[in-house]
Formats: sequence, C-alpha cells, structure tokens
Amino acid sequence: MSGTGNIVARLPFPTAARNELADAQLRANLRRATHTIRDKRQRVVAEVSDWEALRVAGAAIKDDVLARLPELLEQFEAAATAAGATVHWARDSAEACAVVTELVRATGSTEVVKVKSMATQEIGLNEALARAGIAAVETDLAELIVQLADDTPSHILVPAIHYNRGQIRDIFARRMPGVDLAALTDEPAALAEAARRHLRAKFLSAKVAISGANFAVAETGTLAVVESEGNGRMCLTLPETLISVVGIEKIVPTFRDLEVFLQLLPRSSTGERMNPYTSLWTGVTPGDGPRTVHIVLVDNGRTDTLADSVGRQALRCIRCSACLNVCPVYERVGGHAYGSVYPGPIGAILSPQLTGAGANRTLPYASTLCGACFDACPVRINIPEVLVHLRQSGVDAERRRPSAERTAMRAMSWVMRDRRRYAAALRAARRGSAPLRLAAGRRGVVRRLPWPLSAWTASRDAPLPPQRTFREWWAARERDNTP
Amino acid sequence: MSARDEILGRIRAARPEGRVAVPREYRTVHAADTDLVGLLVDRLVDYRATVRRCGTDEVAATVAELLAGVPRLAVPPGVPEEWLAAYSGTVVRDGTPRPLTVADLDAPGLAVLTGCAVAVAQTGTLLLDAGPDQGRRLLSLVPDHHLCVVHTGQVVAGVPQALARLADPTRPLTLVSGPSATSDIELNRVEGVHGPRRLDVIVVDR
Ligand code: SF4
Repeated sequence: MSGTGNIVARLPFPTAARNELADAQLRANLRRATHTIRDKRQRVVAEVSDWEALRVAGAAIKDDVLARLPELLEQFEAAATAAGATVHWARDSAEACAVVTELVRATGSTEVVKVKSMATQEIGLNEALARAGIAAVETDLAELIVQLADDTPSHILVPAIHYNRGQIRDIFARRMPGVDLAALTDEPAALAEAARRHLRAKFLSAKVAISGANFAVAETGTLAVVESEGNGRMCLTLPETLISVVGIEKIVPTFRDLEVFLQLLPRSSTGERMNPYTSLWTGVTPGDGPRTVHIVLVDNGRTDTLADSVGRQALRCIRCSACLNVCPVYERVGGHAYGSVYPGPIGAILSPQLTGAGANRTLPYASTLCGACFDACPVRINIPEVLVHLRQSGVDAERRRPSAERTAMRAMSWVMRDRRRYAAALRAARRGSAPLRLAAGRRGVVRRLPWPLSAWTASRDAPLPPQRTFREWWAARERDNTP
Repeated sequence: MSARDEILGRIRAARPEGRVAVPREYRTVHAADTDLVGLLVDRLVDYRATVRRCGTDEVAATVAELLAGVPRLAVPPGVPEEWLAAYSGTVVRDGTPRPLTVADLDAPGLAVLTGCAVAVAQTGTLLLDAGPDQGRRLLSLVPDHHLCVVHTGQVVAGVPQALARLADPTRPLTLVSGPSATSDIELNRVEGVHGPRRLDVIVVDR
C-alpha cells in the first residue's frame, strides 16, 4: 500500500522550482542559513576523531533493524505495553489520523499541544484534527512561525528557514495574539521571548500532547525526543495524555545503540556537540509525567520502500537535515519546490518511494549528483545511488513516454544555469564535506567521492566518464538529448 | 486483517535476507590522562551555563552565592540538607508535605536545585535519571533557573560511557546541555525559550 498525506507533490518539481526561484529574498535567506549551519557542522564533526566509525556503526544498526524489523517491532510493542503504554498500528496516513483523532476525542479535549514531528506532518495530522474540531498548537518556534504565517514547512529541522528575523518579527506582530509590540524587535532573543510568553499558559494547562519520536528502543520500549527549546519537555512531561506517532523505521534494537545516534544526530543537525534537551521515557512512570501514554506505529509507504533493495537505505534516515544544508539545489529552490514535507536530497529519494508515482516522479531529477549529501549523511545513505536507481526505474517504466524526464532535465538545467552561482554553491558543498574526507584520510582509508554514473549508463547509450564535472556532463547531455 | 498483522506481514515479505553485523569501532574508552572535568567546564561555559568549581566542604556556600537574591528554592526529596545550609531563602521540598504543582513551580523568583546521575565531558551534558536528588521531570523544567550539582566522580568522557552508567534506562531520562535554546532563527543558537533560561552548574571536587 502506498503512502499518502503531505508527501505527494501537487506540482512537478521543475514547475514548482521555477516559482520559488523567482523569490530573491527566499534565496538570500536560504543561502545565509544553510551556510551558517554548514560551517557549524563542519567544526563539530571535525573534533570527533571516530566520526567515520560512528557513521559506519549507525548505518549498520539501521540495516540490522530493517532485516529484523518484524521481530523488533513486536519486541518494542511488548516492552512498551509492559511499561504501561498502549500501542496502535496504522497502515497509512488516513488510518493514523483516525486513530489519533479518536484518542484525543476520548479525552474530551478540543486543543492539543504538539512537539515538532515529521511523522505527524507527513500524515497531515493537524488538518485531520482541525476537521474534527480539535486545535493543534505547534510549540516548536519554527513550527509556530509557519503556523502563524499560515505557511507550510520548508526544511525538516527548521521549517521556517525561508524566513529571516525581520520577516519573523512581522509575522509575530501581525498574527500572534496579545504580543507585546513595544518589546518585539527583530533580535532573535526578543523573538524567542515572545514565543515563550505566547505558549507558556498553553503548556501549563494542556491536557493532551502529541509528539513524534526520534528513536524507539525495541529492548526497553523507550521513546526518545531530541529537541532544543524545552517545548518538547513541556509537552512530554506536563499533560495527562501523551500520544506519540512513530514511523516503523524509527526502531533501534538496544538502549546501547542510542550511544551512536545521540552522537551522530546533534552534530549533523544543528551543528552542536549536543542539543540542549533530549527526553527518554518508557511507558508510564507513576507520579512523573503523563498518566496515559499511546504510541501509534505508522507504515504509510515504508514497507513499499523496504521492498526495493537499492531504495530501502532511505529508511536509515534519522532526519538530521544535513543533506539539505549541503545541497546546491536545495539552497537555490528551497523546500517548498519539493512539494512534500521531506524536501532536499532525502525528500528526492524518500517521497517518491513512499508514495509511488504522480508528480513525485520528477523528484529524483532534483539533484546534480554532486555527492555532497552522501558525504554529509550520518548514516551513510548513498543518496546519489538511489537517485540514479529511481531515475532508471522511472525511465524504464515510462520508456514509451520519455518526455517527463526530458522536461525535468531541461528545467534542472535552468535551475543551475548561472555558472558562477552554481560553481560557488558546489564549491561550498564540497567544503562542507571536507572534514569527513580528512577524518577518513587520517585513518588511512582512501575513499573517493562515489560517482554512481555506471548505474546511470545501464539504461543509456552514452557512457559518462566519471572524471567529468557536473557542468561538463550536463552540457554533453543537453546536446545529446535535444529533441 | 488487523493493521498490525497486515503491516508485519508486508514487512516479512519485503525485508532483506540475512543478518547484519554491526561493527563498533568507535570509541568507548578514553585515555586516563584526559582532564575530563576541565573539558566539561569548557563545554558548559561554551553553552553559556554559569560554572563554579569547589571542594566538598564549600557546596553550601557556593549554592548560597549562586542563589543570591532568589527568594524561593524547590528541591527534590533527596537533595542533602548540607547543600542548603547557607541558603537564606525559603526551601520547598517536593513531596513534603505534598507534591509541588506546576503553579508552585511557575511562581516568579523560584529556582530549583538538583543533583545529576552522570555528566558527559565531551558534550557538556548533564543526565538526570529521576534519582532521589533529581526527582520528577517537571522540577528541572518549569522553574526558570536550574542549579545542578555534579561530583567529579560522575564525569565521564563520552556518551557511550554515560549511558552505560545509568542504573535503569527505563526511568524517565533527561539530557541537559546548557540552558534552553533555539536554532530556529537563521540557524544561530539563541539562549532562552521554554526550559530554564539560567543553568548554573557546581562541580564538586572529590
Ligand atoms: S538522508 Fe542522511 S543527511 Fe539527510 S536527513 Fe536523513 S540522515 Fe540526515
């Protein structure tokens, strides 16, 4: 069964990208933010001498999970249930939304507080709750900005990355009820203070919270939420009822495995040695935190993805967003062009696999195959390899109608046409991954940037020499393929 | 068929064959000569926590110094009396006579004093595991000022050593690395959102 929800693009990537490219302010904001985070990530990754060994372990743990997933899910369910949680299962987004809506209804609450969660965005939970008359209040600062602006997220970690501080101030001034305009400047500290005041009463009175989970430990039934602001802790600790929506691939086998991911994730995502707060809880603890704990395990296209021997590595993803931050295409078009809550390189391989077809079929072309995403990925997902694989299966499936591909390719050339800007973006992307190469070099492992074009040529006539730059390759393709 | 059975059946049909070996060549031990306490202090200061180092006989004085001007202090059941000996404000102890409420803890001018289970030098992280001197999770969450006492014997080098030290991983766990912060505005870290905006750490040599 294919996945559904906010992962199905309405417009093909090239069309959407053209719209976004017209927005110069958006490009400037994205450029500034992604370059800030690249530099930070590079610094904190470089200080970990065993980074490469952690990546290898992280990838292997996740592959092990995929090979043993039924047993591990059953083990997780048994452990969480024994600890006092109730575990539910949902085949797709509609079923997941129905389960959660029913659980909230049963409490009698008409308002819930939410911790930022990709799974709930994916299944369109807020919209479903609204249809049932339940208001979902996003409590993560960036989610709050997006919600107040009546916009959609454009980045998996910082959904409001497309806004700068001045724009955020304006959104708060216009849309935040009761905001203190005199105190509201565009200083980040003043904006954070406004969010604190706005949400405090809601945290202290909320009866129901909804979260996702970064990790679910099969051995113990433990869930983990990694966050910064303390809004997560508020939601996970104060309400009486906690409902966590968790993709089935979030499992890790043992508590010990967290020692790998709690090192990989913060440095890869916000570029910090550790994020300010991580919460771990196992079922219900009498006297401490929610008295009723529900866990909804969601498939929504994950089992389809698992069936593809090349594509399944996308299920290792820990949603750190490093691949977005180093991607020259993402930097130029932003998250909205991908039409899914999963944008950027991971979105280009995950959304089409979760959903099957439609406009998502153009997403595997939303890349230059420069390889920066693979170098940045903490669980070593070979994104270029999967992109080529998906393009190939797309081309094979549509051999009679190659026009979709050609249209996509032509639009990508338009996206990347400005040589100067593209070259700069690519250089920056390569710089962003440099510490990894250095780390590998120190350990005496010679690892070349993967260039999976041999796979590409399998369904093509023209061989593609691996030493060519993207632009050279691109120019040649344009000549060969002009209709 | 139930959703559960259908999903499990689909996974069984789709999953790869064979077992995967997990190589764990990353570091789980560190050189004994590393100055772990110095590293921890450096990391905490980097997160803009206030840090004091003192001897075992100076804890009470250091607590009082950091709480100058703070009229009320919440403490979990197991915080030792001797930490509080020099503090002149009012101490409210969770559970005596009754559990503290959210409203109690949200009162202006209230700070909280806890211990911790273990601290990670490399990342500047304090792990709270709901032990007697740490208490329920809301104690270290709702007040705007958290003061945490760490003994040097609780400091380990990295995350693997810290998780291995936990007595029971199924207790509610909170990892704290600096005061509440956000990276959501232009991807820069700004201190102070919903969790405690002031984090003070007393590192006790022993
Ligand atoms: S694919 Fe890798 S780099 Fe991208 S978000 Fe997932 S884990 Fe992070």
